[in-house]
Order: sequence, then C-alpha cells, then structure tokens
Amino acid sequence: MNAVRARGLDVAICLMLLFAPFWMNAIGGYTELATRIVVMGLAAMSLNFLLGFTGVLSFGHAAYFGLGAYGTAMAIKYWAVGSIPAIVLGVIVATIAAMIIGALIIKLRGVYFAMVTIAFGQVFYFIAFRWNAVTGGDDGLTGWRRLPINFGFAELDIVQNDRAFYYFALAIFAVCVAAMAVLLNSPFGRSLIAIRENERRARFLGVPIEFHVWLSFVISCLFVSAAGGLYALLNNFIDPRALRVDLSGNLVIMAVLGGMRSFWGPLIGAAIFVALQDYVSSQTQNWMSVIGLVFVLVVRFFPRGVLGMLRTGAKA
Amino acid sequence: MANADARGISRRRVVKSGLAVAGARIAGPFVMSARAAEAVRIGLDNPLTGPVASLGKNELIGCQMAIDEINARGGVLGRPVELIVEDSTSGDAGTAVMKARKLIDRDKIDFLLGNDNSALALAMAQVSNEKGILHIVPGGHTDAITGSSCNWNVFRVCNTTQMEANAVAAALIEQYGKKSYYITPDYAFGHTLEAAMTKAIAALDGERVGGDLTPLGTVDFSSYLIKAQAANPDVIVFLVPGDDMLNAMKQAVQFGLQNKVHLAGAHQEMEPLEGLPPEARIGVWVMEWYWNQPGVPHVAEFVEATKKRTGRVPTARTWFGYVSVWTCALAAAKANSLKALDMAKALQDFHLPPEIALGPNPAFYCAGQNQLLASLFVGEAQAKGSAPDDFFKVTKVVNGAKVAGTLEESGCKMKWPT
Amino acid sequence: MSQVVLFNVFNGLIVGAFYALMALGLSLILNLSGVINFAHGGFLALGAYLAYTLIPYIGFWGALIVAPPLTAVLGLVIEWLLIRPLYGKDPLYSLLLTFGLAYIFEDVTRLIWGAQSVPFQVPGWLMSSLSSQYFFLTGYRVFMMIIVAAAVGGLFAVLKYTRLGMRIRAGTRDLDTVSTLGVNVRVLRSLNFGIGIYMAGLAGVLAAGLLGLSPTIGANLIMPSFVAIIVGGLGSLLGTLIGGLMIGVASGLAAVYFPSATEAVIYVMMALVLLVRPRGLLGEEGRLH
Repeated sequence: MNAVRARGLDVAICLMLLFAPFWMNAIGGYTELATRIVVMGLAAMSLNFLLGFTGVLSFGHAAYFGLGAYGTAMAIKYWAVGSIPAIVLGVIVATIAAMIIGALIIKLRGVYFAMVTIAFGQVFYFIAFRWNAVTGGDDGLTGWRRLPINFGFAELDIVQNDRAFYYFALAIFAVCVAAMAVLLNSPFGRSLIAIRENERRARFLGVPIEFHVWLSFVISCLFVSAAGGLYALLNNFIDPRALRVDLSGNLVIMAVLGGMRSFWGPLIGAAIFVALQDYVSSQTQNWMSVIGLVFVLVVRFFPRGVLGMLRTGAKA
Repeated sequence: MANADARGISRRRVVKSGLAVAGARIAGPFVMSARAAEAVRIGLDNPLTGPVASLGKNELIGCQMAIDEINARGGVLGRPVELIVEDSTSGDAGTAVMKARKLIDRDKIDFLLGNDNSALALAMAQVSNEKGILHIVPGGHTDAITGSSCNWNVFRVCNTTQMEANAVAAALIEQYGKKSYYITPDYAFGHTLEAAMTKAIAALDGERVGGDLTPLGTVDFSSYLIKAQAANPDVIVFLVPGDDMLNAMKQAVQFGLQNKVHLAGAHQEMEPLEGLPPEARIGVWVMEWYWNQPGVPHVAEFVEATKKRTGRVPTARTWFGYVSVWTCALAAAKANSLKALDMAKALQDFHLPPEIALGPNPAFYCAGQNQLLASLFVGEAQAKGSAPDDFFKVTKVVNGAKVAGTLEESGCKMKWPT
Repeated sequence: MSQVVLFNVFNGLIVGAFYALMALGLSLILNLSGVINFAHGGFLALGAYLAYTLIPYIGFWGALIVAPPLTAVLGLVIEWLLIRPLYGKDPLYSLLLTFGLAYIFEDVTRLIWGAQSVPFQVPGWLMSSLSSQYFFLTGYRVFMMIIVAAAVGGLFAVLKYTRLGMRIRAGTRDLDTVSTLGVNVRVLRSLNFGIGIYMAGLAGVLAAGLLGLSPTIGANLIMPSFVAIIVGGLGSLLGTLIGGLMIGVASGLAAVYFPSATEAVIYVMMALVLLVRPRGLLGEEGRLH
C-alpha cells in the first residue's frame, strides 16, 4: 500500500517538474521562479540528507552552497569553462572544504554542532566579503555569464532561453537526486537512519558513528554545492550574501515545512517557501513578519511538515 | 483511532484548501495585469527591508510623487503610468535578479529602477542589459555602474565616489589642514572613495598620514579611533556610510576627539544624520542633494509637497527617486517611443528641466557614460539650524560636471547594439 | 606604538565585557534549556527601543531600570506561549522558532519605530572622556563596565547563593533528577529564560548609548556571542565570560596589527579552540551530546 503511494508520489512530482514552465506561467508564475524552486529544492534535499536521514542539524549549509556558487562563477570568469565543468569545479572546492570542516567539528552533536556550523558559515561569508581581488568582495562577482553548452553535435542555448535553462537545471537536479536516492537505499544509507534513530544503539552495533556522520556531512555538502553552482548560473552573478545564515535557516525551514522524514519533502517545502516569499514580498513591506510567522507556525503546529501530515492522514 | 482520524482529515483539508487559496492568489496578479494593459509600467526593485531600508523607502516616496505628477500632466505618450514595487530585500543578488526578471517577463515593465545595494545594482544591470530594458539606478554608488561595467541601457542618478571626493577635498584642506587619516569601509564603495580622496588631496598638496579598513557593520570603532589619534592628523576622514558613520561619529565625539582633531568625511546623507545625537552632528561633509536651498526656484514647492505627504523634508534619496521616474517619462517624450534603444540615445547629454533638477547647476546625463552630473553640496553638519530638520549648513555648491573625471578615467567603454 | 597596543587591550576589555553580557544571557538559556535563542539580538533591540521610548518620561536612569525587566516580561510571555511546548523535542525546533522570531522582531521594530536610526540620548556628563590622555575611557564606557560587572556579579551571586540559582545549576547538569526531587521544572526554565532575556534587554540599553539605534542593531552582535560561548566552553558561564573578554581583546589587538582581520580573528580563535579543545576552554566533559 505504502509502496504504491510512494510510487504515485514519485510519478506525480516528476510530471509536475517536467511541465513546470507551462503550468507555472499559466497560474501567474514565471519560468525563473520554477528554476529557483528546483535549485532551492535540490539544496534543501541535500541538507535533508544530513538532517532528516542522519538526524544531524547543520545550520550553516549556506557556506557550501556559496562555495559551490563562487567556484562555478570564478571558473567561468577566470578560465571561461563551460557550464557543466564549472559546476564540477565548484563542487570540488566545496567538498574539500566540507571534508576539512567536517573533521574539525565531528566530535560535537546536537545544539553545539548547530552553533558551530553557524559560526563556520560566517567564516566563509567573511572570506567572500574580504577577499576582494578574487571574489569581487561586496560588489559580487560580475562580468561573466553562463555559456551555451556545446555537446559536439548540437548546442544548447541556455543563455537567452529561460526555458532551456530550466531543463538544464532539472537535469542536474535529477542526477543529484537519483544519486541521493541510491545512497539512501544502500546499506550506508540504512546505517545513517540507524544513527538517526538511536545513536548509542548504532554504536553498540558496531557502526562507526564519527565516520558515517562525517561522510553524510560531506555528501550533503557536495550536493548542496551543486545547487549553489546552479544558482550562480541562474543569476549570472554571485555575491557574499548568498552565504549568510539567513539562507541556511531558510533551507532548514524548507526541509521541515515539507517533511523531514520523507524524500521529496524538502522539495515541496522549497516550492511552498520560495513561492510564498516571492508572493508576499511583492504584496507588503512587512513580508519578514509573515515569513517569521511561517517559521513559528510550522514549528508549533506542523512539525512533521506537509508530507508528514499527508502520510499520517492516509494511514489513519 | 477515531480521534486521530478526525484530526488527520481536518488537517489535510486545511492544507488542501490552503494550497487552493495560494493557487488562486498567485493567479491574482495575472488577472490584474490583463486589465491594465494600457498603462506604461515602471518597475522599482529596491531594498525596503534590511539595513538600507530607510534609504529605499525615501526613494520610493520620491518615485510615487513623480508618478502622481506625471499622471496629472497626462502620463507618458498619452498613457497612464504605474509603478510596480518589489522589495529586492537586502539579501543576496538572487532575489533582486529574480524580481527584476519577474518585473520584466511577467509584469512587462517598460523601465527598471534600482538598486541601492551596489552588488544588486550590478546584477540587475546584467539582466536589464540582456533583456534590453531602460534601467535607471537611483542610489547605487559603486563607480563600476557607469564605469568599468557600464551598459548602454543603464543610467545612474547619484554621484560617483570620484565626484564626491573631488567636491569635498578642497574644503577639507582649506578648513582643516593637510594631514588626513582615513577610516574606510572595506568594500568597493569605500575603496574607490578612499582612492579618489587620496588622489584629490595629493593634488592639493595634502598628505595621507594613515588609514584603516573597517569591516562593514563594524559596531565599535574605538580601536580605529585610538590608532587614528595616535597618528596625529589634522583631520580624521570618515568614509564609512550610514549606520557605520553613525557609530563612528558617536564614539568619536564621546572620546572628545573633536577637541584634538577635526572630524570630517565625504559621503553624507540625511537619514543617518537624523540618528546622531545633536552634539555629534559636526564636521565637513558633502551631500548629493539638500532640501534647504534658498533662492533656487522650485525647490520650496518640492519640499512642501514632500512634507505634505510624509511630514518630513525630502532627502537626497527622495530626490533620486523623483529624478529616476521623471527621467523615464522625459526620455520617452523626447524619443517619442518606448523602445529602450531610442530612449537611451535620447538621454545622451540630456538636460533635466529646472523643476526636476532642483539645484543651482544644470543637471544632465553625460554622454558615453550615462552618469547624471548635477550639483554637490559641501557643508558642515550642525546640531540645529534655521528650521527643524536643518542639520546641514551648505557652504559651497559644487558643479558636478566640473569634478567628474574624464571618460577614460571612468573606464567605461560603452557598447551600443547595432 | 606600545601605547596604542595598551590602549587597545584596555579598550578591548571594555568592549569584551559588553559582548560577555550578551553572551551570558544566551549561554544561560542554552545550558539549562538547550535552546539556541536566535532571537536574542531581537530582544536586545527591543530593550533598546523600549528605553528610547521611555526616556522622555522617566529619563535615562529610569529607562535603564525599567526597560530590561519589561523586555524580560515579554520574553517570559514568549517562552510560555511558544518555547515551552518545544522542550524535550529536537533542538532543531527551538532554533527554527527563534530564527523566525528574529525576523518578526526586526520587522515589528521597523514597523513601530521606523527604518531610520533614531537618536538615543545619554546623560551629558557621561558622554565625555574622563582623562585627556586615556581619552577612550569615556564616562559612558566606564559606566558600562560597572553595570556589566554588577550584572555579572549579580548573576553569579544569584546562581551561587540563592535557591533558584542552585536549582538552575543543578538543572544544567541533570534536569531529570532535579525534576524528580520535586522542583517545578517548568517554572525553573521560565525564570531562567527571563533572566537571560533581562540581560539581553540590559545589553540593549547599554548598546544604544554606544551605537546607533536602528532595527538591525542586534543582528551584528549575536555572532560574537555565539563565538564567545564556543570559545569559552559549552556549559560554563565563567567560560562564556572569559570568552567574551577574549573576543574583545583579540579584536582590539587585531585592529592594531591586522586591521582588516578584526572580525575574522574571532572565528580563527574559534577554529583553533575547536581543533585543540573541542569542548572549549572551560567546557565540561560530556557536554558535547
């Protein structure tokens, strides 16, 4: 019963994503909004790899998102590489950073781990801000743009064509999400869930906790940096504010809002949050109160998120 | 299990109906824009929240005043003009870019205005250039906008740091002395401002005895002030803007530094001045526009109109917004078309009429650079003036055209589409 | 040159004391309740604005006495309504909730008092320097040191000598046992939260005299507080105090030798501490989980 429902959800989401540019525009959205939802959805799902499936809270993922973005942007600006190699370079940079930082903080847990991730997030914000010569500092990294993708036999114009870029982003999203799904269904993924459920018991069962958590952290940062690379390409721009703790907090709320315990939850959460923020900030200058209220309401009344609730409703 | 059942269903219903309402609301604006298809649309993508919210809000007021005036006079090319406002937030460029795209793609604006944050202005300029929309930057100061990153479709109202530095340097040297120490904010605006100041002061035989780069958002300037005082300058030049300037001046005055050394700076605005305690309102500064201009026609009317709307006097930011919207209308009128290319060409060396320029010198958009050259107001901050809100005593009005650098200096190489 | 260094160290202690005040409130709440109060900066701003509003009626001293408890009352209300249901749950939720509260606070203060900086009036005689040579020793900064010292001293006295304090200390180590011993843990947490917010409000009133008062005043101050807690040691209030002082001095020294690194230096310190001694300088064992 559950498996059929899960498959149904998978298919529904795939269809909605595939045809997003069409139905989005019909209801008063615009293609760029859809692309942004896909990018943020990927970021939130990557965070959830660590948060929902390993049970470890990181409140500093914006740092790796930003590192991926800067890596991609700098690769294009200084070396004029294509879009895909640029994303790969960004991912490499961010993953190396995640490996180092992860090793530093692996001994902490719970609230303290979260605090430290916040602080390290700020470190990268500063570096992006101050290293003017390389990162462009406060003005951001400008003067570059994504190049058309040359497949050898054909060229995909993702520069002018918003829709083409949406599908490019969706392709990257699909690859990453598929990889995450494979990892989560593997024995490695199972032990992560075991760690989430009861760390002590997992330790007694012989699971190497520190290594697993570290690896989960690194994997999570790897995919979030891919989202960051896409984000840089989306805007043809990157600036230090993308590394601030605000974004980290937003990613967490997206995961929780959509449902931490489910695979697609963060994507739903991202869709709701991004669309809501876009809509509300157009309507009123007091959108911050509305967003803050969303945080408060979700935590108080919907902690299991949208998909969590739907699942409970179905079961009962 | 019955209880859980009932709860579960009602929650689901809430969620579903919520989604339905959300869906209807998203569709809302789409319906609206179909109705108003005739109007000329100006999109404002500026920060209304965050640290520079007060500046963005004042620019918005100026924009709204201009819109009302334009509509009262028959609109643009006979069509009513409307302002669509988006909060770019002070977050990262992604939001500002997304809003710019939304305004251009979905709301079909004819003009784009924004942003006060330099990074966001540059990011938006890339979008407007890509889409070929006329773009006016009311208050983003980084020189690159009409310099190394200039675009044919991007125009800027506020001054470059070069102009501000050149305007105030002479006053500093004459009044205070030749040795200066700089407190510079560590980002592009600060760097270019300091470089321009150093050059301007050097040209007048001044000497830079030292300086410090302070992180943006520095809360406590005491360590920098200690160092500055130890270097024994004639004047400490505060290049930090906004809230940073507020903190720095407040602390400097608390230290009694004004009794040992002169305190001054370059860029100054009404909004942070209002936040200073009266005893800290001192020093020589340059403002980009000031409301108290006796003898200059039309200014008093503008001040009255603003006071009626908000109860406060207009600031430079109000004027920036006002000029930005009027520039759009005047460009369309001169080119007799809404095509960005035609309007951009019409704006080359375009002079603003006196009731918009609101200053003693002519105000025009310098050809090849798209930078507005108007008047700069050098003067002294004062605790109290002849009227409430008169916090600044203007000692000299500088002609912007005379202190702007050359085209080569700006680094602008404008590429026009063929 | 050495005079500049000396001045900066001295001044750094003063600034550090202020950071410590804010961090202590945060640490108090974190240790007992496991809540990361992201809205701490918002409470600071609120305390400052309340004082600003009250000054025309009851003067600066009146505002100094009244504003922090008022803020604490608001903190108690919020704790009772919103945070209490989250105890015992994953710390994620309280972090998210306070994160959202921070947004709301900033927006509400901007709505009520405007986006612009407002002038905060401190009594004139406090504003000037005490000595011409040590000009950075303004009356206000010395006054601030005294208040911070009094507040911190008061806090430690309460913790050491009163029953409430003893229960808080015991609860920090083992809340379950304290509960089984018959202590009303809910009230304990609330009072603890109230004390923490009182300190935030007090820090706000002090900060407004030093800095410009605008809705974002708390945002820049919350990160150094986090670092102070991490460096000083998780679970140790004395550690937080020392952490705050260290941050102040480190920033001051950095201003002399590496001016552009004054912010980064505190994070470098944090990274070093994490490398060498993850639980912080005075942190307790077993506090990591």
